[in-house]
Amino acid sequence: MEIKVLGPGCPKCHETEKLVREVVAEKGVDARVVKVSDFQEIARMGVFSTPAVAVDGVVKCVGKVPAKAEIAAWING
Amino acid sequence: MTATCCSKEKDIMILACSGGSNVGQLTNQAAVELTREGYGKMFCLAGIGGGLSGFVKSAQDTPQVMVLDGCQVGCAKAILEREGIPLKHHVIVTDLGIEKVKDRRLDMDPADVAKVMNAGKSAMDAGAQA
Repeated sequence: MEIKVLGPGCPKCHETEKLVREVVAEKGVDARVVKVSDFQEIARMGVFSTPAVAVDGVVKCVGKVPAKAEIAAWING
Repeated sequence: MTATCCSKEKDIMILACSGGSNVGQLTNQAAVELTREGYGKMFCLAGIGGGLSGFVKSAQDTPQVMVLDGCQVGCAKAILEREGIPLKHHVIVTDLGIEKVKDRRLDMDPADVAKVMNAGKSAMDAGAQA
């Protein structure tokens, strides 16, 4: 599983990345967490605002810091 | 398309049908001008129509979405409805008294562009008061 955290690098983006990594560790899942700050890649994924999160190429949230429960659901889902 | 981070206010997403008639092209030009003046950001309706997850999710998660359709066919509206995206701020150009002319000139009067832009802003204001 690959989880991308999309965002240029503001505090909300860092918070999102931290939460994703925490959930991955807590769940013990085999997932690669990648922070994407390249605007071209973010734009290619069709993201209107950041932070955003994509799991295996599917965008799960846009423009907000997700709750840990949401992240867990995406990973389990 | 730009991705802003941690902006204090959420950007208004602007979706234009950009159809193949004068009124469709008016929606496109109005969206371009609204983006240039900083009122909101034009976004890719085609991406939503194509069911691409990032585009669909962006439209679902953006609180303020302005939808500009050229005519009563309502292609932009139909795309959003198919994806389950609520339609809150919708403008139909032909309802503004601008006639649809299906010729190959696709002429646009700058006054009509301004009229569509103002109608879009009014739709957003009306939605905010609702």
